[in-house]
Amino acid sequence: MVGVHGPAQMPSSPFQAETEGGRLVLRFAGALDTPTAAARWEEAHRAAKAGGPLTIDAEGVASLDSGGAALLVSLARLGEAEWREPREAAPRGALERFRNALPAAPAPPKPKPFQPLTNIGAATLDRLRALGGRMAFLGETVLASLRLLPRPWRIRWAEVLRHLDEAGTRAFPLCILLGTLIGVILAFQSSVPMRQFGAEIFIPQLVGISLTRELGPLLASIILAGRTGSAYAAELGTMRVNEEVDALKTMGLDPVAWLVVPRILASTLVMPALTMVMNVTGIIGMMIVMATLGFPPVAVLNQLEQWLSVQDLAGGLGKAAIFGLAIGYVGCRAGLSAGRGPRAVGDAATGAVVGGIVALVVLDGIFAILFFRLGW
Amino acid sequence: MIENPPIPSPGAEAVVTAQGVAMRFGPRTIFKDVTFEVRRGEVFVILGGSGCGKSTLLKLLIGLMPPSKGEIRVLGGDWNALEGEARRALLRRIGVMWQSGALLGSLTLAENIKLPIEAHTRLPEAARALMASAKLGLVGLGDAAERLPAEISGGMLKRAGIARALALDPEILFLDEPGAGLDPITSAGLDALILSLARETGTTFIVVTHELASILAIGDRCIMLDKDAQGMIAEGNPRKLRDESEHPTVRAFFRREAM
Repeated sequence: MVGVHGPAQMPSSPFQAETEGGRLVLRFAGALDTPTAAARWEEAHRAAKAGGPLTIDAEGVASLDSGGAALLVSLARLGEAEWREPREAAPRGALERFRNALPAAPAPPKPKPFQPLTNIGAATLDRLRALGGRMAFLGETVLASLRLLPRPWRIRWAEVLRHLDEAGTRAFPLCILLGTLIGVILAFQSSVPMRQFGAEIFIPQLVGISLTRELGPLLASIILAGRTGSAYAAELGTMRVNEEVDALKTMGLDPVAWLVVPRILASTLVMPALTMVMNVTGIIGMMIVMATLGFPPVAVLNQLEQWLSVQDLAGGLGKAAIFGLAIGYVGCRAGLSAGRGPRAVGDAATGAVVGGIVALVVLDGIFAILFFRLGW
Repeated sequence: MIENPPIPSPGAEAVVTAQGVAMRFGPRTIFKDVTFEVRRGEVFVILGGSGCGKSTLLKLLIGLMPPSKGEIRVLGGDWNALEGEARRALLRRIGVMWQSGALLGSLTLAENIKLPIEAHTRLPEAARALMASAKLGLVGLGDAAERLPAEISGGMLKRAGIARALALDPEILFLDEPGAGLDPITSAGLDALILSLARETGTTFIVVTHELASILAIGDRCIMLDKDAQGMIAEGNPRKLRDESEHPTVRAFFRREAM
């Protein structure tokens, strides 16, 4: 009678190696399960490597799982192996299923030929194609915007408002916090050298001008790139993965006009507001520091009125709007050109933030030269 | 053509029991008083229309969330009472195939299948590779081992999901909508695979589905959930239910009659 082997009946070692007429016989018995296979793997492979022709004797195996079958098959692949199948039906079936499921011969890994010229050429072509894609997207965006220009009622204003809220109103607390802190930090840092010349009364000019012309727009854009640029990329990337973008196309709707234009419009419009929040809170932070240094707010405001021009403010706000446009554009492009899969969406979000910050620093450099030449 | 499978003996041990199980999300009751047992080696189907709580019941059975009321035991263990090593030991004995495959996108199919083997055993890499290759071969994906999930079709993803669920020779395999979105030939192939595994290895299958052909081909027993009744409305052999049930919803489901 064939019964299930209890632990007491199991042989002490599930595996023995012996030589029978010049052949190495690896004999297995009892329950050959995954823990047993893991424990005996090294030992069995060492024994098998010693001899030439090999017999895998599994006649006494009472039960077998995938781990055990993997051990037997792995041993059999070491040489010219001969099988003695398990006597019991269940392990025989398990072994047969395992062997049948394996590919006929393990495919050897293909060595990659080393072709430096081809690799460089392929990489260059990839870059050029990517550049072409970018240009095409820029063109599509410009064309879609131009088509919408004479028909502004066709822009999805509800969507624009939603994005204004998400990119603007919800970013105000962060802008207020950062603006105040930057004002405080700038005022404190500049007070150290200024005090040596008794020129602390000029701190408001220094902080006011650097905030309105440079730091306000720059910091607000970094907030926009981190919060909104990445969100655009992730949202559009996910829509692309879910085939929503293709669905829009087949409904005859232009995804650029439908998805990209409202977002870019919102990021452009929201930037002057965020910058203004940064400017005002920064000046308030500076005023707090000035008060601790013994200058009343009236004195600070007088200084600002005398030295800060509308041109400084307008230049900064104008610059901010252009930064917003660039960040929105980079974010949308990263999202719509995302690949498939969860990783691609993450890559798109990273690309949006990095690309957005690089774009705004480059643009800022161009503005610096431009304003210097124009004498603004 | 798949033959009607023999039903396991009624005396076989119960591997999953649900006693008076209810599930509520806030004020919304999904189902209540669900009681059934699944015996070793059978293919048990949970069926019902959309929104009746089939997938929720599956999540309760695999211990992803606790039921609002009632008791669930899987292989004798109660998920709520199990922690740490005991929970891991029970998890090692079950396999789950998710509706979309749920393979990790950054790993190849072979690496995905090696994942549970690595987590639960101390087998060397050579053994893991052999096992992954055998499991993929079993579901007919032997030549796709080195491909990424993003590079294969939906049906292949499901089969790879089954291969991963099978990696550790589980005693119970939970399948969420295995046939949904597959062509009839692939779906029938999957059914044949389920049946052969159930009959040859004694694996118990718990399948959530509403694919009629599949239910009739593989189901030994089934329960049917209903959204309006907020619970079970039928239990038994699906072919018997089709031929004999007088319940209007069950009739409508099996005979495609309008209600």
